[in-house]
Amino acid sequence: MATETTEHAQGMPQLDFSTFPNQIFWLVVTLIVVYLLMSRVALPRIASVLAERHGAIQSDLDKAEEMKAKAVEAEAAYNQALVDARAEAQTIVADARAEIQKDLDVAMAKADAEIAAKSAESAVAIKEISDNAMDAVKEVANDTAVEIVKAMMPGAGDAKSVKAAVTARLKG
Amino acid sequence: MATEDGGSGLNIHPMDQFLVKPLFGGDGTIGMFTITNVTLWLAIAVVCIIALMVLGTRGRAIVPSRSQSIAEVLYGFIHKMVEDTTGKDGLAYFPYIFTLFIFILVANFVGLLPKSFTTTSHIAVTATLAMAVFLAVTVLGFVKNGASFLSMFWVASAPLALRPILALIEVISYFVRPVSHSIRLAGNMMAGHAVIKVFAGFAVVTWIAPASILAITAIYALEMLVVSIQAYVFTILTCVYLKDALHPHH
Amino acid sequence: MAIEGNITEMGQLMGAGLACIGMGGAAIGVGNVVGNYLSGALRNPSAAAGQTATMFIGIAFAEALGIFSFLVALLLMFAV
Repeated sequence: MATETTEHAQGMPQLDFSTFPNQIFWLVVTLIVVYLLMSRVALPRIASVLAERHGAIQSDLDKAEEMKAKAVEAEAAYNQALVDARAEAQTIVADARAEIQKDLDVAMAKADAEIAAKSAESAVAIKEISDNAMDAVKEVANDTAVEIVKAMMPGAGDAKSVKAAVTARLKG
Repeated sequence: MATEDGGSGLNIHPMDQFLVKPLFGGDGTIGMFTITNVTLWLAIAVVCIIALMVLGTRGRAIVPSRSQSIAEVLYGFIHKMVEDTTGKDGLAYFPYIFTLFIFILVANFVGLLPKSFTTTSHIAVTATLAMAVFLAVTVLGFVKNGASFLSMFWVASAPLALRPILALIEVISYFVRPVSHSIRLAGNMMAGHAVIKVFAGFAVVTWIAPASILAITAIYALEMLVVSIQAYVFTILTCVYLKDALHPHH
Repeated sequence: MAIEGNITEMGQLMGAGLACIGMGGAAIGVGNVVGNYLSGALRNPSAAAGQTATMFIGIAFAEALGIFSFLVALLLMFAV
């Protein structure tokens, strides 16, 4: 086998049993160190971090759920308030309408009464006027009839009977 | 290589990278406590693991940093694997399985660095890992289930005549487990690295060099995949063996 | 060119080459596992995720035998 500047492997180094105790010793040391580090430090730490994260996510989710419930509640309250307000507005409108109606009725009644009074007054005045006019007509008719009778048939009938006849005619 | 050098002009020594050497000169002998390149690269792996799993997570952030999220992904991955494969009662052994996984993964990746020494390519290392799993699982099986652990080898659903044969096969396959468990990891690592070395050796010849470098790149990419899959496979087989120990009646 | 070297070494190297045929078997096995997994997964994608681990275990078992043949080759070349 060539023995040059560097040393070359004779056969398989893996089967060189003289190095076994050395390798096994250092391997065992390494494994114990790694095991202690993992089981005492690293793994509990990672486990706690994962648990913490899980807890944080869970609490965040819970909080979000709570917020959502609150939002739903708020929406319901808002809707309720809206319905209430609407109903109130309705009643106010109805009240106002009723009041206006009442005022209106009163005013109408008053106006009707006034109109009735006025028309009664007018009727009286008209009656008076027409009576006056009737009297005047009667007088004129009597006078006219008397004159006509006097003119047409002198001496026939007196003024009294003519007047009676005219009155009967006017009534008929 | 068992052949003489110089015949073809190629000096390919694919096995050199696996040599265990003392780090500080000395007389070149390797005792049990000699600080070798094995020590160095195991220490580098430990440092990387600390950087990722301990320093990377020290922020304990709710919104993780990059290194922390890598650590969390690895944690979640292995946690789910253990839970899915062995059930809830397997989670007691989660730290041990996670230790195996992170060590193999990081050691494999560190071994891919140029000029590095791949600790997991040595049978001594992987056999120790596999034997640790094998012994732990066997002892655990007997502690948890007593003698009824042996019923794992006695397939009750098979016809009576076949059962002794099946039992023999089951026993053999049970004892082959640590062998295949360790050889698979070491063999994969060794093969990949040796292939890269062989292609690198071809690069000496000018007109092959471009193809050789392309091939090294491709193999390197493949090795990145193989390295993580082997860590995964080692871990999931550990979980499967652990499940057999915890629930042997299937 | 005269043939030189010893016959044991020749046997080792030939054996190593022959052992590598086993790797082809492992390749066929792994391809079979993944191919069948994939065709099953395409038929029923919802069940695929749960069986990935099983696929990897199957790959590992099929591949282990290829690795064994590689190991035999290496042992023949370097260790025997």
